[in-house]
Amino acid sequence: MSVLTTKGATMRFGGVVAVDDLNIEVERGEIVALIGPNGAGKTTAFNMITGVYTPTEGDVLFNKDGGKDMRTITGKRPDLITKMGIARTFQNIRLFGEMTVLDNVMIAQHLHIKSGLFGAVIGWPRYYKEERRMKDGALALLERVGLLEEAYELSTSLPYGKQRRLEIARALATEPSLLLLDEPAAGMNPTETLELTEFVRQIRDEFDLTVLLIEHHMQIVMDISDRIYVLDFGKTIARGTPEEIQNNERVIEAYLGVADVD
Amino acid sequence: MSAITSDMLLQSLANAITLGSLYALVAIGYTMVYGILRLINFAHGEIFMMSMYFAFYFVTAAMLPWYLAFLFAIACTGILGIIIERAAYRPLREAPRISLLISSIGVSYLLQNLAVVLFSGIQKQFPPVAMFQDVITIANVRIQKLSIYVPLITAVLVIVLLYLVNKTKIGMAMRASSKDFETSRLMGINVNRVIAVTFCIGSVLAAVGAIMWGLKYPKIEPYVGTLPGLKCFIAAVIGGIGNIKGAVIGALLLGFIEIFIVLFFPALSGYKDAFAFVALIVILLVRPSGLVGEKIANKV
Repeated sequence: MSVLTTKGATMRFGGVVAVDDLNIEVERGEIVALIGPNGAGKTTAFNMITGVYTPTEGDVLFNKDGGKDMRTITGKRPDLITKMGIARTFQNIRLFGEMTVLDNVMIAQHLHIKSGLFGAVIGWPRYYKEERRMKDGALALLERVGLLEEAYELSTSLPYGKQRRLEIARALATEPSLLLLDEPAAGMNPTETLELTEFVRQIRDEFDLTVLLIEHHMQIVMDISDRIYVLDFGKTIARGTPEEIQNNERVIEAYLGVADVD
Repeated sequence: MSAITSDMLLQSLANAITLGSLYALVAIGYTMVYGILRLINFAHGEIFMMSMYFAFYFVTAAMLPWYLAFLFAIACTGILGIIIERAAYRPLREAPRISLLISSIGVSYLLQNLAVVLFSGIQKQFPPVAMFQDVITIANVRIQKLSIYVPLITAVLVIVLLYLVNKTKIGMAMRASSKDFETSRLMGINVNRVIAVTFCIGSVLAAVGAIMWGLKYPKIEPYVGTLPGLKCFIAAVIGGIGNIKGAVIGALLLGFIEIFIVLFFPALSGYKDAFAFVALIVILLVRPSGLVGEKIANKV
């Protein structure tokens, strides 16, 4: 029952093949990691899945509930893909600065309000009710991720670990079934890292999510992932469980490099 | 300098508020488009000009009563704004910003020349509406009724706009898009639609401004939008471009500067149109981010 499948997804930029023939499959409820050295094409893969890039070749297939009939989302607009149920966070935190924590979450809920411009201008009751409900929903979400106390603070004034957490909360507000996390532990201290691992598991269970993450922090990857894909120079060089990956020679080679043999 | 009576002061005050309010309606269009696309829309002055022609033809050719004619003219201008964005700016979404700027200059010339071809270069008289143009006397000050309506209409529109931007769904989408396109799209916001709405709102406000401008200065020709357009752009920069309240403040300030310098230094009245540019230079030297503009902090 896979939620996400890529079939030979390839991304070329001029002569550079950033991602070459990517075939991943993510089952419902799994936590899957995408690892690899810098420049391996991991973020490019995320960009293909979320519609930021249209793959040069291949297909990206998605089914919100993990059913048999997967629909292609190749080259769809990012906002439509988000509406279908894929949300993501960014490697470098991209919160809406100069907006409160609450506003950041409410923007992400945006796509679930129905009344449009007209209702807002003439101010009919349904609009207010809806807005009220949205705010309550946002506050409830912040409570669940432990950011309720900071709801009215500016997003960029939060400590680093909490900014990461807010990014995840904001992604959750779009009500995804698949969550893509791009290096969620980047720049975190060991305590924050430990908390994050727990947090990702917790939201996976509570929000009934499937998680695909990019991470360099091996301890997290090995600890949290059900399965791992390893990319190197755009190519998938290994796939398997954490144990399998840890003992895979090609992976060790890619990470440590091989001595030139003359 | 001749003696200035209190009547003259009051008279000038009324004129300054009226002029400033007219500038504000047009300046908001510049500032909103800049806020979201980081584009100085040089075609905005031509949108202003086109809406005057729309109003003119709806009254003279379609023989509509003035209120319907003006309403249709405003609607057409809003649609024109959307069309311009769709045709000239959206295809350049991924292009460098300078391409967008050049495209807007192109649109500006296109509309000017289109107006010459379609409407001829001969000056036309903006249809008079007695209700706005009657002169009334309040405490020795003789003003057109327009001078009362203009600030009121502007105030109402600005309040509605601020409410729209700060309190509604589309406003929230606008604010998010103005911070970061890509992230907004990944939050499910249809950025193209948000931009289209922004252009529509900017053009509609410019149309309201243009029609009231036409009632006050009733001549229309293809270049009628150029100078008001430039001045309102300056007003937006003075206030802090990208900031709606700033545009209103900048516009009112510019209106006051123009009227009061002429009042106090009548000899300079020939240079009236130059004041705006002097103000622009001063503000760029002293406070480039504008009066209420956000400080641009470089991340290190």
